[in-house]
Amino acid sequence: MKAIGIILAGGNNSRMQELSNKRAIAAMPIGGSYRCIDFALSSMSNSRIQTVAVLTQYSARSLNEHLSSSKWWDFGRKQGGLFVFNPTVTVDNSWWYRGTADAMYQNISFLKKRHEPYVIITSGDCVYKGDFNQVLDYHIEKKADITVVCKDMGPSEDVSRFGVVRMNEDAKIIEFEEKPMLSSSNTISTGIYIVRRRQLIEMLERSAAEDRWDFVTDILIRYKNMKQIYGYKIKDYWSNIATVESYYQTNMDFLKPEVRKHFFCNEPKICSKVDDLPPAKYNVGSDVRNSLIASGCIINSKVENSVLFKKVFVGKNCVIKNSVILNDVYIGDNAHIENCIVESRNTIKANTYYCGDGEIKIVSESNERYVL
Amino acid sequence: MVRKEMIAMLLAGGQGSRLGVLTARVAKPAVSFGGKYRIIDFPLSNCINSGIDTVGVLTQYQPLRLNTHIGIGIPWDLDRNNGGVTILPPYEKSDNSEWYSGTANAIFQNMNYMEQYNPEYVLILSGDHIYKMDYEVMLDFHKENQADVTIATMPVPLEEAGRFGIVIADENKKIQDFEEKPAQPRSNLASMGIYIFSWNVLKEALYAMKEQSGCDFGMHIIPYCHQRGKRLFAYEYNGYWKDVGTLGSYWEANMELIDLIPEFNLYEEYWKIYTKSDIIEPQYLSADSVVEKSIIGEGTEIYGEVHSSVIGAGVTIGKGSVVRDSIIMKGTTIGENTIIDKSILAENCSVGSNTVLNVGEEATNELNASIYSFGLVTVGEDSVIPDGVKVGKNTAIFGVTDKEDYPGGVLESGKVIIKAGDLL
Repeated sequence: MKAIGIILAGGNNSRMQELSNKRAIAAMPIGGSYRCIDFALSSMSNSRIQTVAVLTQYSARSLNEHLSSSKWWDFGRKQGGLFVFNPTVTVDNSWWYRGTADAMYQNISFLKKRHEPYVIITSGDCVYKGDFNQVLDYHIEKKADITVVCKDMGPSEDVSRFGVVRMNEDAKIIEFEEKPMLSSSNTISTGIYIVRRRQLIEMLERSAAEDRWDFVTDILIRYKNMKQIYGYKIKDYWSNIATVESYYQTNMDFLKPEVRKHFFCNEPKICSKVDDLPPAKYNVGSDVRNSLIASGCIINSKVENSVLFKKVFVGKNCVIKNSVILNDVYIGDNAHIENCIVESRNTIKANTYYCGDGEIKIVSESNERYVL
Repeated sequence: MVRKEMIAMLLAGGQGSRLGVLTARVAKPAVSFGGKYRIIDFPLSNCINSGIDTVGVLTQYQPLRLNTHIGIGIPWDLDRNNGGVTILPPYEKSDNSEWYSGTANAIFQNMNYMEQYNPEYVLILSGDHIYKMDYEVMLDFHKENQADVTIATMPVPLEEAGRFGIVIADENKKIQDFEEKPAQPRSNLASMGIYIFSWNVLKEALYAMKEQSGCDFGMHIIPYCHQRGKRLFAYEYNGYWKDVGTLGSYWEANMELIDLIPEFNLYEEYWKIYTKSDIIEPQYLSADSVVEKSIIGEGTEIYGEVHSSVIGAGVTIGKGSVVRDSIIMKGTTIGENTIIDKSILAENCSVGSNTVLNVGEEATNELNASIYSFGLVTVGEDSVIPDGVKVGKNTAIFGVTDKEDYPGGVLESGKVIIKAGDLL
């Protein structure tokens, strides 16, 4: 592969509410067995990209722990490999990453040292699986300076939290608006870009000289009339985790057969750090319907239309309905949990009642757990 | 090289012929167990959990699956710069090239491997038992008694002692005598086939017995050490230990895992069992599925009913199908409205729709009644069973079968269909 990868994973979003207290969005658990960043990392690895830098900033501990070994994504190579760049204080810089462009600028020596001609930039907040070789072929064929991977959203969907683009008949991007209140197009940028490495270095250096730090507004939008920026449309599943609703919905999407087929059955698959957990166990009284259950779970009662992440214990006579239960949650007997997201490592006491009314309720309890 | 205090030699070359078609293409240590594991995961995990980071795995019979599974030892943290896991197959020598002809002979042929670590102690293990054991405690026992050889033993009911190699020890656990499958057992301590040798004692005994054909630990090396007046001690182990040598005991050991709190608990935090898992997706249970008293592996999709069963990873069970008291291994697909009772289906099988496994009365198996009994249906890996057939008890199926193989749509109890050999 003639490209290196950069994954922007520093972000936080206040619309994630308490869920982002513990971790960066890129480290959010997704689809029962994965973390959000696994999708970007696996797509890179499956596209045979050998060198990937992950740029982290906000609450990176959980993410760093997840990335502590690169072998799960097959990045444990002598040539290249997986690099994690947290902001550091240096002789001539003591800033945090002031924006996506600054994050890359502060690690520009990494970009300069590589020899691959192209850079693929993705976001660690997206759930997407794809082959970047096809995008690169398109980029080369179009003689583009920058290629933006785009997706048409449904007519009813609110695009105001995305970058919205308009292309001409040749797929050249003629308009690019960041999070518009009202938009004439419903084609959005997926946050995946391909750009020639030297071109990127040049643009980053120039923006930095002008104190501009955001990749979208200060590079893509500013340069759109000067450089050849093309859009590459994808039809596959793509979702961005930025709000509690989108997080909940993305997890629930995995209950749909076509989404499961795309991510779980079709090769290449998504890789993740392996936890050494036993298989899931269903005891007498378990009644599980239309749900995803990860390894290490023990279930003693009713679970319906829900996603249970790894190592969840569900006690007797419980009802878990339309909910997302994150890793290592213990739910005591007779609990009722409906329309909720239960934060990881929680202990829900027996006889607890939680029901999100009209919206998704985030349950975060910090009870002591006594382990025998 | 840094000297290792104790290294382990894991004997994994056996076929395990009493598992019938289950081991037709894989060595017994590579047979799946408990929905996710392979039998060899237990001794390997015990090693790393006991602080042993140098393990030689001796392979001989059908080693491919085993080699792929172990790889460079990543799942067990046995990928080490110094030590780690090493696969030791038989190899050609300038003179006297031979297969491994017995347990001790196999170890003898790998003298150079052991020499290079120059250990103080060597732990001899076999790859066909299900147990959790801290070998470090056994080593402490060995050191305390200044033993030359320590044999791990476990108490068995006296009436069953006749099925085992029995060790007779004094009150200090010093071994006085041995009996192999005695009619009138004098002790209830059964040997588990796990030994710790002081390295120089092992080396001397192996050289002394090198001409012995089929040289075996239990039959030759241990008696040799005993006769030479070496200090032999019996270490008593009291936890769960299961020999899964027969289809019946293999089925039983799996079924024990689904108890509410099984005696052999895989969910304990402090003694994890590691395995190579190449399927990591969560499992999906559909809106009309029923699953009770079962353990189910990753990536499995269930549209039918599962009761009291152990289901591996990546299995699909179609709508309207019912699986009861059965073991279904990795990658197997079950069609719709099929009923499976008390069966063992190996990896990557395919069972059609409207088929019934395990019907009718028991009958003695025509091929080998000592293997295929217990009222089970046993299906070898990559086998195909067509739509709409009925299969009786004590039967075995191996290979791609079609309707013609089932006269009148039925495989009578006690019958066998084997359409696949080693290389098919």
